[in-house]
Amino acid sequence: MNRAVLVIAYLVLAPAIGGLMDGFDRIVSARMQRRRGPCLMQPFYDLRKLFSKQMLAVNNVQLLLNLSYLAFIVVAGAMLFGGMDILMCLFILSTADIFLVMAASSDSSPFANMGASREMVQMMAYEPLTLLVAVGFYLAAGSFHVADIVQAPVSAVVFMPGMLVGLMFTAAIKMRKSPFDLSTSHHAHQEMVKGITTEMSGATLAIMNIAEYYELVLIFGIFALFFVNSSWYSWPAAILLCLGIYFLEILWDNVSARLKWSQVLSSCWIVSLLTGGLNLLILMLIQ
Amino acid sequence: MKNVSKSPWLLHYDASSCNGCDIEVLDCLTPKYDLERFGVINTGDPFQADILLITGGVNSQTASVVKQLYSQMPAPKVVVAVGICACTGGVFKECYNILGGIDTVIPVDVYVPGCAARPEAIIDGVVRALNILDKKTAELYAGKSGAQGGHDGR
Repeated sequence: MNRAVLVIAYLVLAPAIGGLMDGFDRIVSARMQRRRGPCLMQPFYDLRKLFSKQMLAVNNVQLLLNLSYLAFIVVAGAMLFGGMDILMCLFILSTADIFLVMAASSDSSPFANMGASREMVQMMAYEPLTLLVAVGFYLAAGSFHVADIVQAPVSAVVFMPGMLVGLMFTAAIKMRKSPFDLSTSHHAHQEMVKGITTEMSGATLAIMNIAEYYELVLIFGIFALFFVNSSWYSWPAAILLCLGIYFLEILWDNVSARLKWSQVLSSCWIVSLLTGGLNLLILMLIQ
Repeated sequence: MKNVSKSPWLLHYDASSCNGCDIEVLDCLTPKYDLERFGVINTGDPFQADILLITGGVNSQTASVVKQLYSQMPAPKVVVAVGICACTGGVFKECYNILGGIDTVIPVDVYVPGCAARPEAIIDGVVRALNILDKKTAELYAGKSGAQGGHDGR
């Protein structure tokens, strides 16, 4: 019963929470640059505008592929918040990304196609650590099931602090933040226009944005999983710590420049190995 | 119908400008002027833009580009000509390769004069463009001006 409530809450509230987080991001970024920035509700104004624009479809399939991207992310998120298998949740999340790559490859723009290939490089960069994190949760809590992980007597972060650091590093890719915003960026004037979203407009882009909001909430759900345990006060603490992590990601976004794809790949793999790999090794030795 | 005017995304194109106005356009996004407080994003993508900001007069090489960018923008959309060259051709008007202002190629909604146009004037032009954008949105939904992105023609 409790699980069903959480899943429905995720399905209904995630776009709102993701949108608010995006608005918060834009204000905080603006303040870091000594600007005033847009209002908190700006992402929702953007979405409303995108839905009211003329439909300029470059082909028949792009909208469908973007909808599939949204659907798979929603399913992955529902699995996480429904207390199901975290490994399956992460696999479905990767599958969702493939639909985005296909959507970008379906049009004729060279910028979108280059964005699609860069998106695949990014997937290669963050994928090893996400798998290590899932295995880490298994070793820490004795189960892949989120429902069991949240009932652990001690927070998972005690066993896997390295994984948390590694995930904070690679989550910047998922949030499309500098220095890893290769395939598309929230900032203007990228060297390849808008990357994967170059030929998406109106409702197609809005669906992609909504999917990103679902994904943002899903990622912070995984971050929260590091902190929650069987005691009630770990939940508000996890939310506060997640907000702290989000602030650090925004700070990092604003102080770093974009890397080349080979630097992204090598830095992510080295960090994954040093944080996630070592952490996993130690976990296996002490268990 | 404030749907579009609350999140206007800009596309900036330099048709043949000396870069004076271009620098001023970018100035509008700096901390001092901060156009983003109106929700404006300087996007480089015509597919996602609502306002086409053009600097410089049109010459025979950029005419086709301007037309293409305009045709790639989904309706409702507005065009702002920034600087005297974009408005009329300016000092280059009589040059053999200059066709004239932007309105010789595509319909222009707001003219921002100046050489170079000051950031205050550009922001004023963009805010005026927002009102026109609201009107165009209302017309689009009322089905008055052809719903397929066509302009009322001038």
